[in-house]
Amino acid sequence: MNDLLQFISSRHSEILQIIWQHVYISFISVGAGFIVAIPLGIILTKFEKLSKYILGFVNIIQTIPSLALLGFMIPLLGIGVTPAISALFLYSLLPMLQNTYTGIKDVDPALTNAAKGMGMTELQILMKVEIPMAVSVIMSGFRTATIYTISWATLASLIGGGGLGYLVFTGLATSNNNMIIAGALGAVLLATLTEFLTRKLQFFATPKGLRK
Amino acid sequence: MITFRDVKKAYNKKEIIKGLNFTINEGELFVLIGPSGCGKTTTMKMINRLIDPSSGRIMIDDRDITEKNPVQLRRDIGYVIQQIGLFPHMTIAQNVALVPKLKKMKAAEFEKRVDELLTMVGLKPEEFKKRYPSELSGGQQQRVGVIRAMAANPSIILMDEPFSALDPISREQLQDELVKLQKTIKKTIVFVTHDMDEALKIADRICLLRDGEIVQLDTPENLLAHPANEFVIEFIGSKRLQQNLKVLKGYRDRDIEIPSEVAGNE
Repeated sequence: MNDLLQFISSRHSEILQIIWQHVYISFISVGAGFIVAIPLGIILTKFEKLSKYILGFVNIIQTIPSLALLGFMIPLLGIGVTPAISALFLYSLLPMLQNTYTGIKDVDPALTNAAKGMGMTELQILMKVEIPMAVSVIMSGFRTATIYTISWATLASLIGGGGLGYLVFTGLATSNNNMIIAGALGAVLLATLTEFLTRKLQFFATPKGLRK
Repeated sequence: MITFRDVKKAYNKKEIIKGLNFTINEGELFVLIGPSGCGKTTTMKMINRLIDPSSGRIMIDDRDITEKNPVQLRRDIGYVIQQIGLFPHMTIAQNVALVPKLKKMKAAEFEKRVDELLTMVGLKPEEFKKRYPSELSGGQQQRVGVIRAMAANPSIILMDEPFSALDPISREQLQDELVKLQKTIKKTIVFVTHDMDEALKIADRICLLRDGEIVQLDTPENLLAHPANEFVIEFIGSKRLQQNLKVLKGYRDRDIEIPSEVAGNE
């Protein structure tokens, strides 16, 4: 234990930088995933036929083992931060896409019917009824995607993406237990903190009348 | 005034509305009733174009409803649906002010109206305006549902089994309130129900449908006194027929004779 603390205190500036790198690649990946998945999920609810293919395709990406997906990135994009972010971005799509799609599909048809009968246009129904009703489910997809990405980002160091995986894998290679534990501990703390923050975010994004 | 002229509706070649001709008068509480699958809800939804007829014409005040954009048409017709219908993510005030906002009425104008309407159905504005639907009882929610349909002051209100999900006591109360409300505001109300007691209690005229056709269209008194055929008698129920005739007779103080085929049919 003492060893570990000593290790951390002696290399704290390097560790902080690694944590920052980890946060950075995770955040960019999920952020890009969010920008793509949420609008796409919304659009798919209006195109039933297309949705089957797209959701199926994204599902297939999800089943590719993460190591293999990272491996695929090397011939395509080389090594470094960009291929790592690209792979993580692909992984983050499914939870958000799926939740956006189901969240909106699951809005009680009685409500959308009422909205239509009261004279809302299609766009108004989407913006004023369907999206607000689905926000909680959508944000829960965002939460899942973020936490997964944080944990998968550990593998990014394998293709030169850096992050906490660097400590874990270098520790493994050099039989430095302190280094492994510092890396693993960092990843766990980061994931826990993210869980807490995204839960708060989900709560505040949900319209007041729907909060539980 | 709403006029149906040879209105038919078919789904996949199966005709579910078979040529309806009738007129709903201004300020009338008109009840559409019949067994499930008779086309009562379809008939109602054709008035605000949630469903378009396959053939025939529907006119509101002698103007064909297809002349207007459906969205505009719906904003001018109040709509109350079965069960919930209130938007759970909006406050009571936001729910009631919805159509006025869609119609771009001024805030100052409709805010006063929201208060008036809430007061009218016995919900104190200062207490209820900022609450969410989940914080209200079923009866209170449906009161809000009814006044929401009136907020933009439409001359026609459509109600699709609005009270059927309520407990019997709230239902009775809301029926009484609706009749009272109707006397003061004088709107044309088209009310769909499958509950004959409800229809007899609130209707100015009842339109009994079966398989997409009108079986009988008459006042409650006449429906009870002169049921057109066996189906009408059966649908009303012979027991209820006798009881209600007596009640109506005493209540409305009219001369109603009990026809022999009803009287003898215990």
